[in-house]
Amino acid sequence: MGSAILAIFGSSVILANGFKQGVFMDLLAILRIAIRALTRNKMRSLLTMLGIIIGVGAVIATVGVGQGAQQQVQDQIASMGTNLLYVSAGSVNKGGIRLGGGATKTLVDDDMKAILQEVPTISEAAPGAGASAQVVADNQNWYTRVTGTEPQYFDIRNWNFAQGTNFTQDDVTRATNVVVLGATVQQNLFGNANPVGQTVRIGTLPFQVVGVLVPKGQSGLGQDQDDGVYVPISTLQKKITGQDWLQYIMASATSQPASYAAQGQITSLLRDRHRIRSGQDDDFTVRNLADVAQLADQSSKVMTLLLASIAGVSLIVGGIGIMNIMLVSVTERTREIGIRIAIGATESDVLRQFLSESVVLSLAGGVAGIVFGVASAITITRVFGWNILISPTAVAAAVVFSMAVGIFFGFYPARKAALLDPIEALRFE
Amino acid sequence: MATLAQVEINLQELEQSATPEGAVPVIQVENVHKFYDLGETKVHALRGVDLKIEPGEFVAIMGSSGSGKSTFMNMLGCLDKPSSGRYLLEGADVSQLEKKDLAAVRNGKLGFVFQGFNLLSRTTALENVELPTLYARMEKAARLARAREVLEMVGLGDRTDHFPSQLSGGQQQRVAIARALANRPSILLADEPTGNLDSRTSVEIMQIFQELNDRGLTIVLVTHEPDVAQFAKRIVVFRDGKIRHDDPVRKRPRAADVLATLPAVDE
Repeated sequence: MGSAILAIFGSSVILANGFKQGVFMDLLAILRIAIRALTRNKMRSLLTMLGIIIGVGAVIATVGVGQGAQQQVQDQIASMGTNLLYVSAGSVNKGGIRLGGGATKTLVDDDMKAILQEVPTISEAAPGAGASAQVVADNQNWYTRVTGTEPQYFDIRNWNFAQGTNFTQDDVTRATNVVVLGATVQQNLFGNANPVGQTVRIGTLPFQVVGVLVPKGQSGLGQDQDDGVYVPISTLQKKITGQDWLQYIMASATSQPASYAAQGQITSLLRDRHRIRSGQDDDFTVRNLADVAQLADQSSKVMTLLLASIAGVSLIVGGIGIMNIMLVSVTERTREIGIRIAIGATESDVLRQFLSESVVLSLAGGVAGIVFGVASAITITRVFGWNILISPTAVAAAVVFSMAVGIFFGFYPARKAALLDPIEALRFE
Repeated sequence: MATLAQVEINLQELEQSATPEGAVPVIQVENVHKFYDLGETKVHALRGVDLKIEPGEFVAIMGSSGSGKSTFMNMLGCLDKPSSGRYLLEGADVSQLEKKDLAAVRNGKLGFVFQGFNLLSRTTALENVELPTLYARMEKAARLARAREVLEMVGLGDRTDHFPSQLSGGQQQRVAIARALANRPSILLADEPTGNLDSRTSVEIMQIFQELNDRGLTIVLVTHEPDVAQFAKRIVVFRDGKIRHDDPVRKRPRAADVLATLPAVDE
């Protein structure tokens, strides 16, 4: 740590008349003197350090919270599926009246087949349409989302089965009454019992449970992804909703760069198929989840930065506290400084002495602040259940920054001490 | 309190530090002037001072306040520079050195003893004495050995771990003398060293000075007490920024003898 400071003052000078000086006093002696001077006013040193402790602690805790949130967002986005493109039915404009998203009936199963055939970078695709319905099992019932899709849907979303199996393509072809339950639905209808093979009613129709999904938790938008049931798309369309259009198509690209190319290709393909003339709005939306991920990532980064800079302000206030107390200390010890100069301390000796005091103050405060920050981060995790991520980089930055605060705010008082006139200083009462 | 019998001077050490250098005076001051510019008024504190001090001398500087003796001492102590004129310390001109170089001179060639002792409080006697060696960048072991050695010289070998507040005025001043000797200086500068002490302790301190001087150490002492000045070999009197008298002391009393005639202190 001291090497930078020493590089400034450590120049060795041999005078013409043979007086040698410059090879700096040993670091341990300087440190010992600084620590002793600080422990002389324990309360004062502690209060001064408190500014730095709170500052560093706040930075560590907020950055921890911010990075934890960032990690969580990334995990959630990853949980939605990899390299995912989400094609949803769009809004429609009829004579100036615009209807909301999902209002169009133009997105159909053939669109999905065309995408799979004509966009080479799309490896898999699954349709999606849904309705909400009351699901009943024995004396339990639960109002939930019913999604119609095809078996590969779970593969695209990296979603595994906790119990039972997926429904099959054959089930889709024959529009059988089979259902896959989300974990939340399973909990509410069956508790801990195994529902596979049991029968549930969706609306009035009986369905056989074939599988239960692994819990996925909340989505990036705060939705419970486990609150839903899945049936073959054909079953939904023919027996539940009676509608033959889709609400969305989920497609998986072979890689993330490919997903961007695929996005454009899908757009032009669908415009073609839906006979949309140039100049007209799309009647669908293609969203790349990589964009969503990036956006979420960026917003949490900005949030972290904002929090950290607010906390950083308190660190600067702490630094001003150090400067203040060092100025008081220099005035109080004017006589001591005079004695030291008379005995042969050079300007840089005195400068170094006071600078090391402020650095010891801020560094000790920094270390205590890290402990305080980590402790409060752990408390936050316990109390609020937030994810906290304390990176070694943040800790190292806190140490370096608190030392820099000590040097920056300690320099002016130390220089003031070094430039004292010894004659005046010795007369000081 | 330490008795005088405990005051033992280490012969060899002092002889090393005060080797006579032939004809080169320890201090040679030539036509030194000092002006202070206080805005509107200009103070002419020293008006052409010439002084030569040979190795082994013991000079007392006297004068009323405002006579320029303090200014002169500060200049001798390299705490201040003359406005004009030359100041040769052991033949080397130090009157126009840089601050940093003056610090090295103060550290290595000069020893200071002040009226108010000026020890660092809450710092032990040993650490106070160690201070100049610290600034001389000596090794830790050598520093401690040297500090112990000079404390022995002033008879405080058994008080190394005492804080100034635990020592009497005379003992504190002896610690200050030890500190002044720590880097084996060419010259000891004492500014009213007995000013804060009772008369018996003053004589004890003068006894130490006389013994140090007997071993060859050059001493310059500022005092306004004629009794104290009598223990020196030579008295220089300042008035109005000039030297008015410069006379050797005839029939110089020995502090040890004087001490014997003083009534013992009731403990």
